[in-house]
Amino acid sequence: MMKKKFDLTDLDCANCAAKMEDAINRIDGVTAATVSFIQQRLTIEAEEERFEEIMDEVVRVCRRVEPDCTIER
Amino acid sequence: MNRKQKKTLYRIVAAAALLVGAALAGPYVPGPRILVFLIPYFTIGWDILWKALRNIKNGQVFDENFLMAIATVGALVIGEYPEAVFVMLFYQVGELFQAVAVGRSRRSIAALMDIRPDYANVERNGEVEKVDPEEVAVGEIILIRPGERVPIDAVVLEGSSTLNTAALTGESLPRDVGPGENVISGCVNLSGLLRVQTVKEFGESTVAKILELVENSSTKKAKTEQFITRFARWYTPAVVVGAVLLAVLPPLLIDGNWTGWFRQALIFLVISCPCALVISVPLTFFGGIGGCSRAGILVKGSNYLEALARTETVVFDKTGTLTQGVFKVTAIHPEGGTEEGLLELAALAESYSSHPIARSLREAYGREIEESRVGKVEEIAGRGVEADVDGQRVYVGNDKLMEDCGVVWHPCRQVGTGVHVAVKGEYLGHIIISDEVKPDAGEAIAALRAAGVRRTVMLTGDAQPVGQAVGEELGLDQVYAQLLPADKVERVEELLKEKEAGGTLAFVGDGINDAPVLSRADVGVAMGALGSDAAIEAADVVLMDDKPSKLAQAIAMARRTLRIANQNIVFALGVKGIFLVLGLLGKASMWGATFADVGVSVIAILNATRALKEG
Repeated sequence: MMKKKFDLTDLDCANCAAKMEDAINRIDGVTAATVSFIQQRLTIEAEEERFEEIMDEVVRVCRRVEPDCTIER
Repeated sequence: MNRKQKKTLYRIVAAAALLVGAALAGPYVPGPRILVFLIPYFTIGWDILWKALRNIKNGQVFDENFLMAIATVGALVIGEYPEAVFVMLFYQVGELFQAVAVGRSRRSIAALMDIRPDYANVERNGEVEKVDPEEVAVGEIILIRPGERVPIDAVVLEGSSTLNTAALTGESLPRDVGPGENVISGCVNLSGLLRVQTVKEFGESTVAKILELVENSSTKKAKTEQFITRFARWYTPAVVVGAVLLAVLPPLLIDGNWTGWFRQALIFLVISCPCALVISVPLTFFGGIGGCSRAGILVKGSNYLEALARTETVVFDKTGTLTQGVFKVTAIHPEGGTEEGLLELAALAESYSSHPIARSLREAYGREIEESRVGKVEEIAGRGVEADVDGQRVYVGNDKLMEDCGVVWHPCRQVGTGVHVAVKGEYLGHIIISDEVKPDAGEAIAALRAAGVRRTVMLTGDAQPVGQAVGEELGLDQVYAQLLPADKVERVEELLKEKEAGGTLAFVGDGINDAPVLSRADVGVAMGALGSDAAIEAADVVLMDDKPSKLAQAIAMARRTLRIANQNIVFALGVKGIFLVLGLLGKASMWGATFADVGVSVIAILNATRALKEG
């Protein structure tokens, strides 16, 4: 299990943050994820061996939910 | 305002001017009237329309861009050109205002937590280098000049100075430090130059732990926040369905006025974004946590803020929490032998223990301990120690220890903690040690009661008379004495059963030896975290300095935060509800609906920033 934080740029709407959080939590291999609109930060806990792979999926999902927002990896 | 926000501002000004121009020049321009209004409409709304289309393609139908696009395009279709432009314009103004307000409160929260040291002056190869604190290893020598922040937990080698602990404790009580003493990262060096040796890595230092704790606090959400997220999930679709019904049913069943009801349905859509709630409630909690940390109260999550606000029972540990934890030997009663002899034996037996009682025995003894005289030592939790001193088995501890080893002992009339000493089954006498009550402890209990805490309880491992005396002095409701660490957990469990369903139980301890109780209580509060990271880890709420009166302040701040969150929920839902009803009745205007959406968000955000305040 690995826990990491990522800064988010241009996360402009609180409802989108909630939707992103929802979508990320539904990804297979993600144990817990929070998107803090106030801190503009994603905290994610996921399987260590597949972490990079999972992060790719996270980026893909976020692009779909909120295309303006980018995850600083 | 950042660049993006400035750009939006220019667009708003341009679009507003174009709208006025279109309204004035409209009648004189040849061709369809819509064309002159489309210029300001696209100027202000092109990005919304584009985002709406793109998000539909991505399967995100009910977002605010979509709602605004549908509402304004709908208005254009039914010929309400100026209104369409105005709604888009007002929406953008609101969004901009909202972004600025959120940005500002985000920055002020960040400023509260601006205790991160930027650099450390390390001595390397005879020279002083400025490096990132993260690059400093344990055992390196760093210099801290007056005005600089202590970057890493360290011990002073040379120099003496005064430290300001305000950033950590919320109170600017200066602390004097000199060679051999510990300095805690995050404090500011006020007067002299200090040469110190680091004892931890930056990541393990107090300041890093505190920052991490506060930053992680948003992962533990309060029930109120969870409610909002769940609510938002069905609110928007429900209102959209309502809008469709509103556009279709009344004209079919009542009057056949398709355009009029279509217009009302568009208004419905404008109100359907849950943004005011979704932003303002978490912002309130975050502000509350930020305000608390400025006051030297660290809260590990908004769920604990919520639990603190509902505190019904407060259970205190005695030593180090309500009392100073600084024990002094006040009487020595030997059976036969000399006072010095008894004290010497006790001090030798306790020479390895870190228990406050052991420390006070050694202090009273006052001489260097000859370690060669002490053999095997065994500490028995809640009882005392057994040690080989000068080849003899010595028992030093409380009544229970004496009973365990079958020694005939007798109690002392003097109030205090009695430490009995026995050798080989023979009772040698006892030493009385007492602890002083903290100056603000009485005030703390009174303040808790005034804040509506129904029950105050103290748990202690000390003898009944000692506990009783402290309990009476402070006006506590109940005192349970002579408890082993395991008994404390049991007591807290009983108390948890006795409290009422809605209330919570807070346990306050100094974080040493009470981790199980801290985790069992609804809210575990550790006190005096300066210097004890065990406390920071184990507790849900950490009071940075060791004043019990901070707890009442924490409860008051938690309550205010919750009150503000509730105000925002009631206000936002109330205004939206009113406009939804007006929309149903066909009485709401597009302008009013836009206010109900963005205006409410802005007001709720401004209200949320009140939670930042200390006090």
